Amino acid sequence: MTLWWAIIVVCVGCYALKVAGLAAPRRVLDHPRVRRFAELVPVALLAALIAVQTFTQSGELHFDVARTCGLGAAVVALLLRAPFLVILASAAVVTALVRLLLG
Amino acid sequence: MKQISTAIRDGLGVGFAVGLSGVAFGAAAVTSGLNVAQACVLSLLAFTGASQFALIGAVAGGGDLLAASAGALLLGGRNTLYGLRMADVLKVSGPRRLLVAQGVIDETTAVAMAQPDPESARQGFTTTFVTLYFMWNLTTLAGAVGTEFLGDPAAFGLDAVGPAAFLAILWPRLAESPELRLLALGAVAIALATTPLLPAGVPVLLSAVAVLVVMMR
Repeated sequence: MTLWWAIIVVCVGCYALKVAGLAAPRRVLDHPRVRRFAELVPVALLAALIAVQTFTQSGELHFDVARTCGLGAAVVALLLRAPFLVILASAAVVTALVRLLLG
Repeated sequence: MKQISTAIRDGLGVGFAVGLSGVAFGAAAVTSGLNVAQACVLSLLAFTGASQFALIGAVAGGGDLLAASAGALLLGGRNTLYGLRMADVLKVSGPRRLLVAQGVIDETTAVAMAQPDPESARQGFTTTFVTLYFMWNLTTLAGAVGTEFLGDPAAFGLDAVGPAAFLAILWPRLAESPELRLLALGAVAIALATTPLLPAGVPVLLSAVAVLVVMMR
């Protein structure tokens, strides 16, 4: 398998996966249990994604001090009701600074 | 009207800020051995960050390309679950659905579900999709072409922007509902506990099991 083939497979596959969810039959989507599942599932997946992106690296649990401090800064900004971009900027700036300090 | 402008502001914010990490993708792709065209094709057509990073990560590690592609597709699987939710919110059909589908990813779903009503949710989705699509592709190109000038993107703390954005979006919903807090904690526990055991992408998908548990209570 050449690299280009892998890229084509990933592009086509990722697009097909997106279409599959949107194109699920109305009958299925209208079922109350499916509807409730679909409402709750983004909360679970996004929460899991935050954890995986923050606390894992290359398939292992990994405590990255700088990134954790960055996320902590975001939490502080959230508690202070800071605007969205300020929250993101504090996360990036604190992560970069801690990384710089720790060398 | 006010809610719609909030949706647009959220969409621009997420699209711009998360779009910046396309620089990291472009740079990492070229460092992993892709050429500029290959990096750009992935961002244009796959357009789902986690899967793109998974593929180039495996390429860099000298991994088997078939396994690498499978890992990237597993990560893309969560967009199918988002689609189930977004189908109800976006209510598109026919050929338009084929265009809109490309935008069903973490960021657009997150912004849409943070909005209080369907109209502003659609505004939020569209604004995030358009802003992020342009930013992500421009920055991929910039990162891929400018690799040698850039140094390490992690030095700018860009890896913390994604999680911070998702946290900011989930925050108000978690604050108002103990049930959602429980769900989020359960999902985090499942994903972290299974990360050392399962291939990349599976732990996040598996966290959907927490939804079933909450539904059975």
